Amino acid sequence: MKIKNINVSEILKPTFWKITSVIIVIVGLFSTYFRFTQGLGATTNLQDTVPWGLWIGFDFIGVGLAAAGFTIAATVHIFNMHKYEPLVRPAILTAFLGYSIVVCLLIVDLGRPEHFYHPLYMWNIHSVMFEITWCLICYSTVLLIEFAPVILEKFNLKAPIKILRMISIPVVIVGVLFSTLHQSSFGSLYLIVPGKLHPLWYSSLLPVHFYISCIAAGLSMIIFESYLVARGLTKEDGFQNTGLKMDILSGAAFAVLIALIASLLLKIYDFIDDGKLYLLTVPSMETYLFYLEILLGTIAPIYLLSQKKFREDKKWLYIISICVISGLILNRINVSITGLVASSGVNYFPSFDEISITLMLIVLAIFAFRLVAKNFAVFVTEEHEHSASEKDIAKTKPITIS
Amino acid sequence: MLKEKGILFDVTLCIGCGSCYDACKEANNLPKTSEDFLKDHLSDNTFNVIEQYDDLYARKMCMHCNEPACESVCLVGAITKTPTGAVVYDADKCIGCRYCMQACPHKIPRYEWGTTTPRIRKCNMCAERVSKGLIPACAEACPNEATLYGDMDQLIAIAKRRLQENPDKYYQHIYGLEEAGGGHVLVLSPVPFEQLGYIPELPKEAMPEFTKRAMEKIPSVVVGGGIFLGGMYWLTKRKNQIAKEERSKHEN
Repeated sequence: MKIKNINVSEILKPTFWKITSVIIVIVGLFSTYFRFTQGLGATTNLQDTVPWGLWIGFDFIGVGLAAAGFTIAATVHIFNMHKYEPLVRPAILTAFLGYSIVVCLLIVDLGRPEHFYHPLYMWNIHSVMFEITWCLICYSTVLLIEFAPVILEKFNLKAPIKILRMISIPVVIVGVLFSTLHQSSFGSLYLIVPGKLHPLWYSSLLPVHFYISCIAAGLSMIIFESYLVARGLTKEDGFQNTGLKMDILSGAAFAVLIALIASLLLKIYDFIDDGKLYLLTVPSMETYLFYLEILLGTIAPIYLLSQKKFREDKKWLYIISICVISGLILNRINVSITGLVASSGVNYFPSFDEISITLMLIVLAIFAFRLVAKNFAVFVTEEHEHSASEKDIAKTKPITIS
Repeated sequence: MLKEKGILFDVTLCIGCGSCYDACKEANNLPKTSEDFLKDHLSDNTFNVIEQYDDLYARKMCMHCNEPACESVCLVGAITKTPTGAVVYDADKCIGCRYCMQACPHKIPRYEWGTTTPRIRKCNMCAERVSKGLIPACAEACPNEATLYGDMDQLIAIAKRRLQENPDKYYQHIYGLEEAGGGHVLVLSPVPFEQLGYIPELPKEAMPEFTKRAMEKIPSVVVGGGIFLGGMYWLTKRKNQIAKEERSKHEN
């Protein structure tokens, strides 16, 4: 396998997005350098009363939006609904890149990043953070195993693929279990701060809230991504089978609808059970943010998705998926940052370096997604990804970089 | 066996002299952080402060909880409880996730934001001095016995007796005895504690209990989830197989 003669002028052809991306990455690298040489105090707006900021908040968002990795894998491989096969590889790739961002940000955020390996042999099994760390390590490994065939196919390595296919079902099951644990555990992190987190968000059911909302938002992320991929990655650029398959997306959208209804019902139960309904009429910053989160991320999408005409229209699906994703982003930010402002008494806004490092990682992930999608059979058409890929042109095509 | 030790601080006896503040700084080799100790606040270089509320003075420091939230959340076990009850920290283990700061119900732990090798900083009840047979510097320095160091059972008895013998002098509550599951620092005051900046309405339950209730469901989620997923795989596969056979039968 040799790399095709790289068309330098093609790569260097300036476009708006290329220039923006390069600037973001360069600035991000400088910020990363400052972060590791100057320390957290000089480069972030974190302080004793606000020990967690944008980076941890973004970790919650990244993990939540990567949830399709386990839901789609379960749908296809455990529930044997092979109609959704074309979504498996994009979902796993999205999840893997999402988790890569999360792990990078976690390390950037650690006060002593050089001690990052300590949890491997210093154990405190009572810590939610310990459980999350191990789930992240194990699930990233699962994602690697799940995605490995795509890479191996390209290089025509049949023997390892055969082994991976043999263990694929147990691997998927283990992946679903690890995901279930850590997706919910991100909510459990806040169970220990009943006096600090605003009661609009604090609930003993936080882990369940996190779990259900990540299912809806993860699937929405795949719908959102499919739309963008269909629009942006065309055959002329070397991408195969990136067209929209509306019956599949409508099916996924229906699952989003069910998850959103479940999440709304759980919220209502939670508010009645905890006697928190009065909070909804207290005029405050938190209340407005809560309404925004629920209306934009849950109620509006439920209303739209419950109507077939919206569910089967690609433009509307795109808009709805943005709503659900925004809802999750708002929710995670509210739980990890704004919901804690009142108790800390300090207004926190991320610093330049915090923002630029986060943006850099997002840009790098998008670049990696494009690169992998272009060179490997990520988008496959037929029911059985393995037989489909045999015929797929992407397999025999040389690697391209641009 | 070592007896559990603690500190009893009586607001009615505190004269706001600052001896404990200075002694704490000296014992822990901490630099000067403020011209006026009454205006100082907890930081990476201040583990003990005295706050003025009109003519009353209140000490703020680590409460050395019986079941510390910080200890339970630390993923590498950098925070531990000594046999005498002090909550101590090991910087060599710490990875700097700062979950302890987030979790502490008393909002005590501070961080060395200014360095590239930061540590969590807080009172450790002078664990080193105590191991040498001394008592904590603040208790030793107090000229008016406002801060007492001793066996927990004796301190609780003293506190209860003071409340009983002088019902008019004291607000009838021992702060720290039951707050967040109780701890090794007890406070007596003539006025309700929220007037002195102590965090009110903390749950009587130890904080780790809130997490435990969710964590203990993990084994059943794993086992139940595994069985469910395995079962669903088998069921749906069988269903597809039957449907396929039916189809081929029809075609024939």
